[in-house]
Amino acid sequence: MITVRINGETRALPAGTDIPGLIREVAGTDPEQGIAIALNGEVIRRVDWPAATLHNNDIIEIVRATQGG
Amino acid sequence: MVEDGWKIGNLELTSRLILGSARYPSTPVMLDAIAESGAEMVTIALRRVPLDAPAGENIYRLLRERGLTLLPNTAGCYNAQEAILTAELGREALETSLVKLEVIADDETLLPEPEELLKAAAALIQRGFTVLPYTNDDPVTARKLEDLGCAAVMPLAAPIGSGLGVRNPHNIELIKARAKVPVIVDAGVGTASDVTLVLELGCDGLLLNSAVAHAKDPVRMARAMKAAAIAGREAFLAGRMPRKFYAEASTSLAGRLSLTGQK
Repeated sequence: MITVRINGETRALPAGTDIPGLIREVAGTDPEQGIAIALNGEVIRRVDWPAATLHNNDIIEIVRATQGG
Repeated sequence: MVEDGWKIGNLELTSRLILGSARYPSTPVMLDAIAESGAEMVTIALRRVPLDAPAGENIYRLLRERGLTLLPNTAGCYNAQEAILTAELGREALETSLVKLEVIADDETLLPEPEELLKAAAALIQRGFTVLPYTNDDPVTARKLEDLGCAAVMPLAAPIGSGLGVRNPHNIELIKARAKVPVIVDAGVGTASDVTLVLELGCDGLLLNSAVAHAKDPVRMARAMKAAAIAGREAFLAGRMPRKFYAEASTSLAGRLSLTGQK
């Protein structure tokens, strides 16, 4: 297991969790639509999701499109 | 009526209105209001996904399937660093290089923070964004933003959500007179006559949110805004008459009667 911070909360994840799996696991949402990820302050482009590996103490932001002015 | 489209960067638009998607009484009301306004572009925010909660409705999909162009904003950012990361997230989530750049100075006024705004605009332009900056009604800052390469400038009519209308029409007119990029008035509009005034001043468009969403009947107000935009733009194109200090009779005085029998 690894420990990461996701949207300001501490979570334990199985080692080897990839980004699509992470989104489904914690956000229960379809990772294809209106979602973006920042890993340690850097946006991970969708095409790079499969290659990105999560490490202990990573800081992850998962955001989605929402109503705004 | 004249068909006079306009462009932001490479994006061609017909409607003079851009609508925000926030604070409507419900999602169906929001969708109906957007449709009635005739807007082709809608702003969207990026916020954290709630963990372990049901996914909820997907506003991205709802707006996209209606053929709307999405404009991600950087609302809630207080410095350039936050705004740049939010813009990058928006580009990735919504697959667009457009960004409504907002860098706010404080909670009370929600007025733009000009130094951080200029810094963020420069960085985002460097990274290939089409930047639409929300700015004060200050012709100097607007000029600086244009010089950096912003695709439009978006001066406020009044503080966000205040509904106070155009506080300084002359500054808005001055910004428009000096700008080669589109001028889109963003924030502070209260009602339809504000929209007409802004377009009569020659501005290219407006971004509306609270004025529609907080109306008693948002869908009807959206319709009013559309009519007001057409009226304002048509009046601008028609060219207003010169203002005169004294009255000038519209009916000719020639041939009027005289009680004293004079010629």
